[in-house]
Amino acid sequence: MIEVIDMTKRYAGHTAVRGISFTVGRGEIVGLLGPNGAGKSTTMRILSCFLPATSGTVRVAGLDVFRDSREVRRRIGFMPENNPLYPEMRVREYLKFRARLKGLGWRKSRQRVDVVTEQCGLTDVSKRIIGQLSKGYRQRVGLADALVHEPDLIILDEPTVGLDPHQIRSVRQLIKGLAQQHTVLISTHILPEAEMTCNRMLIMFDGRILAADTPDNLQKLMASNSQIIVEIAASRADLEECWSQIPEIEQFNVSATDGDYQRCALTPRNGEDLRPRIHLLATQRRWIIRELTRSRHSLEDIYVQVTKPEEDN
Amino acid sequence: MQAFLTLVRRELAAYFVSVTGYIIIGAAAFLMGWSFDVLIRGLQSDPTPMPLTEIFYDTLMFWIILLLLAPVITMRLFAQEKAAGTFETLMTTPVSDMQVVLAKFSGAFIFFMVMWLPLLACLWIVLHFGGGPAGFDLGALGATFLGIFLLGGVFIAMGCLASAITRTQMVAAMVSLAAGFSLFMASFLPERVAIDGGGWREQLVTCFAFRDQMRDFARGAVDTRPIVFYLALTFFFLFLTLRVLESRRWK
Repeated sequence: MIEVIDMTKRYAGHTAVRGISFTVGRGEIVGLLGPNGAGKSTTMRILSCFLPATSGTVRVAGLDVFRDSREVRRRIGFMPENNPLYPEMRVREYLKFRARLKGLGWRKSRQRVDVVTEQCGLTDVSKRIIGQLSKGYRQRVGLADALVHEPDLIILDEPTVGLDPHQIRSVRQLIKGLAQQHTVLISTHILPEAEMTCNRMLIMFDGRILAADTPDNLQKLMASNSQIIVEIAASRADLEECWSQIPEIEQFNVSATDGDYQRCALTPRNGEDLRPRIHLLATQRRWIIRELTRSRHSLEDIYVQVTKPEEDN
Repeated sequence: MQAFLTLVRRELAAYFVSVTGYIIIGAAAFLMGWSFDVLIRGLQSDPTPMPLTEIFYDTLMFWIILLLLAPVITMRLFAQEKAAGTFETLMTTPVSDMQVVLAKFSGAFIFFMVMWLPLLACLWIVLHFGGGPAGFDLGALGATFLGIFLLGGVFIAMGCLASAITRTQMVAAMVSLAAGFSLFMASFLPERVAIDGGGWREQLVTCFAFRDQMRDFARGAVDTRPIVFYLALTFFFLFLTLRVLESRRWK
């Protein structure tokens, strides 16, 4: 569905995207993950024909985005960052306007507007003015707009940014529901979001794609670098002796906290989950555990993790 | 064509659902009413052989309306969409740049012409209460509106260009105001610059005699030269606007 070969985008003064290549197959939900300024939005703008790439080939459904721009735009539903809408229009009026603009006929546009209004849960607000809607509803209006002409490819730039947790849940649910009929490309800088909705993730950093894999594989990659944190009431010497006897622990670090408790940071070999063993051990020795966690890696840690091999080379 | 009409409709709706549209029309109606008042007073004191439209034109309200209100009408066209980010949603639909430029221009232009309608009411009052068709000439009226139509096209197209080059409405308004004022000042050139011997220089300078040309229209005299010149200017500005939009795609 999407085919990007060696795409570079230079703005005056700096390079936003440095020769990236990737493909997205029909029916996939792919997450574009990266911190702000990684080049996600630029990539999406090029895909949606808003900006030209400085060099490289970009094809959507086999069509070049630069030469067959209008044909490509017919097949794409794009929701830009911050979801800009016309605040003075009413929901239904706006969706109809967009449907007409995208070339749908009178009857067809009315019918499609009805469908997407239903699909995005906008039925109750269809006569309200967009400017007076809550952010969650406005986001749905943006989604409905992206869907209204039944595009093959849907591109959503940070669709859940600025929503409250409840709204985020419902928007994610919506996106998941699209999976059957459309190919979806979502950008986000929130890792769990990509994990929940996507079946493949592309991690972008500083204009490059660092890793492209399924969420599970990336999880494993991360886990190999995770730490286990335990807070145990025991003497320091006992603990250190105990940890050094477990071969799966590559490295440990014990430090005192308040009271009798010691805080231990354990780095397991090969990313093994040692929590059950630690619990067992503590009960045998009648130690009291008040915390036992495996540190969840933030996105930054993944970047660090995936950038590492490059630095070593 | 469908996209074009949809866009024109949306542009017009944007004027009429917002307060701005009504403020602009209100201001224009106020200025026209004022000049009408001046006109009536003049008629009461002494008779004149001039057609009504020319007397109206003589009050200079025409230029104030054109110079001040045209930039206000056009400033939002592109600048607002760029600032709000809706420019991106607009340009990623399968519409051509040409359709967008023409639709924006048409929307603003139709609104501009609607803004002039109170003038008809003023003239109708004179016709109705003035006792007979004295001083009222349909031909002169038609010519006046033709002048408004053509010169309005130039100013609206210029405003389109000003709005396309910036993302701030205020800047767009300032630029088109300055450009419009310059054009207006250029119309003083033929009087000030005495070019002896005529030739191409004089012809060039008289091209810009907007004030005299518009007076001719108001008097009912239709000359093809300004018509061609105004149309050419309008197309020129629209062409530049189109180029500005396309420049986004230059590598």
